[in-house]
Amino acid sequence: MGNTSSMLTQYDIEEVQEHCKHAFSQQEIVSLYQRFCQLDRNGGGFILTDEFLTVPEFAVNPLSQRLLRMLNSLNFKEFVAFLSAFSPRVPLQQKIEFIFKLYDSDNNGKVTFHDMLDVLRDLTGQFISEQQREQVLTRVLEEAGYTKDSMLVLSDFVKILGSSDLKMEVEVPVD
Amino acid sequence: MDTAGMLKPSSSELDLDRPNIEDYLPSGSSINEPRGKLRLRDLLDISPTLTEAAGAIVDDTFTRCFKSNSPEPWNWNVYLFPLWCFGVLVRYFILFPARVIVLTLGWIIFLSTFIPVHSLLKGHDKLRKKLERVLVELMCSFFVASWTGVVRYHGPRPSIRPKQVYVANHTSMIDFIILEQMTAFAVIMQKHPGWVGLLQSTILESVGCIWFNRSEAKDREIVAKKLRDHVQGADNNPLLIFPEGTCVNNHYTVMFKKGAFELDCTVCPIAIKYNKIFVDAFWNSRKQSFTMHLLQLMTSWAVVCDVWYLEPQTLKPGETPIEFAERVRDMISVRAGLKKVPWDGYLKYARPSPKHREKKQQSFAESMLRRLEEK
Repeated sequence: MGNTSSMLTQYDIEEVQEHCKHAFSQQEIVSLYQRFCQLDRNGGGFILTDEFLTVPEFAVNPLSQRLLRMLNSLNFKEFVAFLSAFSPRVPLQQKIEFIFKLYDSDNNGKVTFHDMLDVLRDLTGQFISEQQREQVLTRVLEEAGYTKDSMLVLSDFVKILGSSDLKMEVEVPVD
Repeated sequence: MDTAGMLKPSSSELDLDRPNIEDYLPSGSSINEPRGKLRLRDLLDISPTLTEAAGAIVDDTFTRCFKSNSPEPWNWNVYLFPLWCFGVLVRYFILFPARVIVLTLGWIIFLSTFIPVHSLLKGHDKLRKKLERVLVELMCSFFVASWTGVVRYHGPRPSIRPKQVYVANHTSMIDFIILEQMTAFAVIMQKHPGWVGLLQSTILESVGCIWFNRSEAKDREIVAKKLRDHVQGADNNPLLIFPEGTCVNNHYTVMFKKGAFELDCTVCPIAIKYNKIFVDAFWNSRKQSFTMHLLQLMTSWAVVCDVWYLEPQTLKPGETPIEFAERVRDMISVRAGLKKVPWDGYLKYARPSPKHREKKQQSFAESMLRRLEEK
């Protein structure tokens, strides 16, 4: 399936479904494959950064660069697994894990003050000074019971985000 | 916390011609405004932004504009398949040669009358122009015949009057030919290489065409001036502009460039809708060369389309050119049954300007600071 054939066999679909833990229905996987082939213009079996950036809605998103790091060189199976965090069939825990992974850029299981500051910078750009950003983050962390030197792990994220009504769902268009 | 730390928006906007995307994007489509004091949870919860990004990855309105949907195959069973084969034989071996003959005949007639008229009548400009107009219209009719074009025109035919421009939605270069067979328009086009470019510089020059080059930034001002000069001339052929700036698949319209709407003239909208029953007339310039596209048309049964000449519009008092452009785009989209999308067609060739992202960042930053103040 890493090749460029535009035909998915039933076996392929089931394999992808297994891999993403049934986050998507078989019809949705077929749709996602059509979309994958549409974006993978040179037919290399994975979507290049440039090919993602041809989607203007994606390119203007403040978090696009961080997402591109995660989307780099994904084949179709991994692409579907990546998107599974956005399926309505997936538990809140998995969505929070996805958010955690986005913050944890060095993948060591810990999110530092600087990781959070980086994401905040992506989201606010030049409309807040660096100093102000640090101040806001420090204040909000302290109010939640952490300090500037705290290193948050996944369970902290679950505690902080778990009670909120987090909505992170995307609808896959099915013909 | 004061707002002294707020910096001014960056001035990375170089293109004056690009309409503001924020005027078009549906408001409230992004982060909805939560209330209440800012907590850690609010800073860490990036799910709205992520959802937008994932939504764009899964499906986006821009790519949809340029997708050519391959038609459902209808020849899938035992008795339809031979019928289809028979159809292929007729189209390729009977219709196609006949059409090539018609087209060649047309070219011969055209060139043998155009060249003498062009060179011999140099002194009698008015007569020469009139004849050249008729000849170009004739040539376009030959082209349309070569695809068995079934074109229904609705509405009053264009007239030659100063201070008016015609705008139409764009699906393929054949839009121009279909409209040209009824009226000899002057058109503004991207300069193409190859035989099309040759045609552009010789024959189309006679009806008064304006060239632009998408890749040159300075070009825009030069072209704007040429447009203004053209519409002032009472004698010039009516100017036809495709404000989308690129070919779209005839199911959507992309944003209209405001250039055509700030010339201080009447704008006459034209809506074109192709019926995909026999062939899809969308020219996907990334997938096909124009020659291949023409050949595809010539080996199909027919090109069927409707052309509506709509009521001329002028800039209303207090209306900006962008609002005017959108109003006309509305008229054309409704008439031709097309959906509007808030994207600039040039995004096919270039990245979106950073100011779109900056707008999102600005609104997030402002919301964050506002909530910080709340108790």
